[in-house]
Amino acid sequence: MNNLWGDSLSGFWSAWIIVITLGSIGIAFWLLYANRKTDKTPDAEGNVDTTGHAADGIEEYDNPLPRWWFQLYVGTVIFALGYLVLYPGLGNFGGLLGWSQESQWEQEVARAEERFTPIFAQYEEIPIPELAKDTEAMQVAERIFLNNCAVCHGSGAKGGYGFPNLTDDDWLYGGEPENILATLNNGRNGLMPSWQQLGEENIENVTQHVLALSGNEHDAERAESGAATFASVCAACHMPDGTGNQALGAPNLTDDIWLYRQSGQSVADAVRQTLRNGRNGHMPAQAAYIGEERVHLVAAYIYSLRNQE
Amino acid sequence: MRHEIVEKNVGLLAVLILVVISFGGLAEVVPLFFQKQTTQPVEGLKPLSALELEGRDIYRREGCVGCHSQMVRPFRAETERYGPYTVAGETVYDHNFLWGSKRTGPDLARVGGRYSDDWHRAHLYNPRDVVPESVMPAYPWLFENTVDGEATPKKMRALRALGVPYTDEQIQNATSEVRGEQEITALIAYLQQLGTVLKDN
Repeated sequence: MNNLWGDSLSGFWSAWIIVITLGSIGIAFWLLYANRKTDKTPDAEGNVDTTGHAADGIEEYDNPLPRWWFQLYVGTVIFALGYLVLYPGLGNFGGLLGWSQESQWEQEVARAEERFTPIFAQYEEIPIPELAKDTEAMQVAERIFLNNCAVCHGSGAKGGYGFPNLTDDDWLYGGEPENILATLNNGRNGLMPSWQQLGEENIENVTQHVLALSGNEHDAERAESGAATFASVCAACHMPDGTGNQALGAPNLTDDIWLYRQSGQSVADAVRQTLRNGRNGHMPAQAAYIGEERVHLVAAYIYSLRNQE
Repeated sequence: MRHEIVEKNVGLLAVLILVVISFGGLAEVVPLFFQKQTTQPVEGLKPLSALELEGRDIYRREGCVGCHSQMVRPFRAETERYGPYTVAGETVYDHNFLWGSKRTGPDLARVGGRYSDDWHRAHLYNPRDVVPESVMPAYPWLFENTVDGEATPKKMRALRALGVPYTDEQIQNATSEVRGEQEITALIAYLQQLGTVLKDN
């Protein structure tokens, strides 16, 4: 019971609030009693007092307040005093119940944790490939996915322009459980520099080379000339054969899956644009938002989606 | 009956009504101006940078506050979805407040870092491209307009007069920092810092 009084206000302001609050309740109560009239007996001639107000010959009786109204008024005063004793309202006085917004939130969270923590802890024990087959767990995971991941990756996890499709077998950073966990927990930063400095001629040649790697229609001569540039500039991340490097998040260029291709855009245009301007993909780390237990569950959900296409 | 004096003098009646209702404000509002929780910034709170400040003004101009609040209330349902609840000390440098009171869209108090810059660009260009069921309007002109930064130092000086600790250096460099930036860049800079001071509570 030591914490009845807080210290968020100085003594003066605390007293200020207490005096105004109790004072105005006191004045309101005094007003009622000072003006109260209980007597409504007619005088000897049978006349009742009037207030003296008259309009078009109609006079206003000066009768007492209706009893129900009077009692309601007294009731609100009693309620107010009771409230101020139990709940915070009088300056730094915290109320006998010790209620606060923060403590109410803490209790709410504690109750939820008591209920949900064992469920998530249980799921966390199960290895991801196995958890991915648990229908009930995947229903829970789907809700978490929809609330946190679907905004970028889509509710069907098929991604979009600049946001990877999670339902295919093409993985920028690897699709094994440990890769997915690392991506979710720590986030990813993909960086493809701009190669403007190569010049338009070289960019076109490399573009044709990339088209050739992915089995698209291309200009064979230009693709041939682009090979040298590709080997010296691009192969460091995308590997000499263009199959990419999951340790760096460098995409596989041979599978004809294009993260940065808008609908209706030709592959050649998309590749050119990427070469000219570079790309900077960013996946925010999720561990801080949803916690590692839920990350584990979502990782299993994503694992369950893979290789659908 | 003395109350006739009050009832027959409208001016006096008005004054007395004001006195009576001012008691509420005197007890509930005035002390907040002198309370640590509402006047002291939380640890690590920094004033908005020049670019973020321009972004804030685009946020105001486009009326984002009409559909998005910036206030996570202390309920589990909210802290679960948005992150730690908002405390007054986080917004002591906000003049005016953009807490908002309507949520047609989600709360943005902790949106900073939640999505990538690319996502914000795609989303503000046309929300339906990334969130098919969205009812948010598209803001394509933010990609065409640029910030000239002419008024940025004035805005910073005005904010400094209200107690936001901008340095002379920040004010001097403000125009050159923002001039020529796309409006979308400024707005995203503003959005990406929202609520990032308090990571955990």
